[in-house]
Amino acid sequence: MTDTAAEARDSAPDAAAGAPVIRTRGLTKRYRGGQLAVDGLDLTVPAGSVFGFLGPNGSGKTTTIRMLMGLIDPTSGTAEVLGRPMPEAARTVLPEVGALIEGPALYGFLNGRDNLLRYDRADPTADPRTRRARVGTALERVGLAAASGKKAKAYSLGMKQRLGLAAALLRPRRLLVLDEPTNGLDPQGMREIRLLVRELAAEGTTVFLSSHLLDEIEQVCTHAAVMARGRLIVQGPVADLAARARGRLAVTTPDPGEAARILREHGITGLSTDGDRLTADAPPAAVDLADLNAALVGGGVRVRSFGVERGSLEDAFVALTGEGFDVAG
Amino acid sequence: MSQAEKSQAERARLSDPQGSRHPLWTLGLLRSEITTLLRRHRTYALLGVLAAVPVLIGIAVRIETGGGGGGGEGGPDGGAGPAFLAQVTNNGYFLVFAALAATLPVFLPMAVGVVAGDAVAGEANSGTLRYLLVAPAGRTRLLLVKYASVLVFCLIATLVVAVSALAAGALLFPVGDVTTISGTRIGFGEGVVRAALTALVVAVSLTGFAAIGLFVSTLTGSGIGAMAATVGLLITVQILDSIPQLSGVHPYLFAHYWMSFADVLREPVHWDDLSKNFQLQGLYVAVFGSAAWARFTAKDITA
Repeated sequence: MTDTAAEARDSAPDAAAGAPVIRTRGLTKRYRGGQLAVDGLDLTVPAGSVFGFLGPNGSGKTTTIRMLMGLIDPTSGTAEVLGRPMPEAARTVLPEVGALIEGPALYGFLNGRDNLLRYDRADPTADPRTRRARVGTALERVGLAAASGKKAKAYSLGMKQRLGLAAALLRPRRLLVLDEPTNGLDPQGMREIRLLVRELAAEGTTVFLSSHLLDEIEQVCTHAAVMARGRLIVQGPVADLAARARGRLAVTTPDPGEAARILREHGITGLSTDGDRLTADAPPAAVDLADLNAALVGGGVRVRSFGVERGSLEDAFVALTGEGFDVAG
Repeated sequence: MSQAEKSQAERARLSDPQGSRHPLWTLGLLRSEITTLLRRHRTYALLGVLAAVPVLIGIAVRIETGGGGGGGEGGPDGGAGPAFLAQVTNNGYFLVFAALAATLPVFLPMAVGVVAGDAVAGEANSGTLRYLLVAPAGRTRLLLVKYASVLVFCLIATLVVAVSALAAGALLFPVGDVTTISGTRIGFGEGVVRAALTALVVAVSLTGFAAIGLFVSTLTGSGIGAMAATVGLLITVQILDSIPQLSGVHPYLFAHYWMSFADVLREPVHWDDLSKNFQLQGLYVAVFGSAAWARFTAKDITA
């Protein structure tokens, strides 16, 4: 185990070189019905990143992941994973990739441990001599060691999700593809997954994480890409993306009506009131916040709190797509 | 490890941190496939039904002849219908042939159809197919392993019928030297060897149908649908094979030479129809095996 882990680290020199772990060029998938699921995707996932793949349900995330994993042939374009073309190099690429795709799938009549043994036997490059030890380690890592003797059909959704994750962690991986990994988990389970992702990233594994939950991405990811209706809208470091969103000016006051009038006089737009809380588009950089606050107080408004709230990824998304985070039609 | 393998291993080095790809490890998947098959309740239900058929036939014959002994004529008719029922009361050994003749037209292939039809479609249905493929099991390798496990099931199912029949025959009727269809006598020991050979012939007879089942299984993502289609096809072929006006196509139906297994009990073994059967099964395996491969390796796995 220790040997393999060390060798796995040695065999990842491209992490230092910064070569992308996933690179697609014009990747397109049109299903037989004529539906364009993915349209000219140019995606670049840097090595060592925790990459958030965002988009509403139906935006083409899963189709993209399936093309990257060699399950679906692209209609046109190319995909490279770990520097080798997919699906042609699936046999050599996939042993180094752990994947959780569209939820876990298990043999209900087998117990948790036997499910993992079966998946490990499916990998012709996995060493049978270390199989039991690796399965045990993976089970412990996801907190399922105690339930490993139970039939999988008796597992809760959260336990199935954990077992699916364990299958992705059977060997040291250079890339982990996790499609909606926190589905079905309680808040405690979600926190554990986030911890696990950070831990894996610290070990040098690139994590490609798809989600429709923005705060999930914001909490763990270093990079992100946003998809909508099969197209890539934007990609880059999370900090850059969030910076694109303008913050919101927020004022808490018992006199919201008067405050709104004064702010409007100072050219502030996008005002909205909710009880004693008033928010508005952040003022342009030329406006000094202190002057605004002074104007409010000078106008007799009793200000309880005043400030600009940092833009979230959700604001960035709305700004980019001009729409909310709803299911694509 | 040969030079070629070494260079292949070198190429695969990045993909394989342990730098080792043992050819025998591939058998792990086959073993996993067979043990997985043998751990399903469904498999035991199928085998249980197959084991019960000879016992039921034995009991029915026993009741019909009022306690055994004395019954039917010892000599064979040499006729086309290898019912063997008449000989059972004299020698329980013949229950093996009676049971195989009774289960081969429907029960045996139905069980094989269920297992073969479910082989790929069942995995697609439960979603486990995508995880096997990203493991990566390899599509060709997975299909070969699936077919091999179906063949193993063909053999197990046939042996279950034969062994159950031999046991029931020995318990319910006297056993002894065997009179072959040609009229000669062979010892009971050689008779058992012939019975085992017959079971093997019956298992081989099912290989063509198993290939059809596997092909159907690659067409759909519904395990139940694939099983139903495969078994439906079996019944259709059996009906076609029984319509005399269609005798022109009969030699090409996979079930046409199935009953030739009785020729194993001739002295010497009469190979004409047996070899025609083997050739026909080989043809079906080649055609539907290739079709299954072509379909499965090009298929988008969206389940």
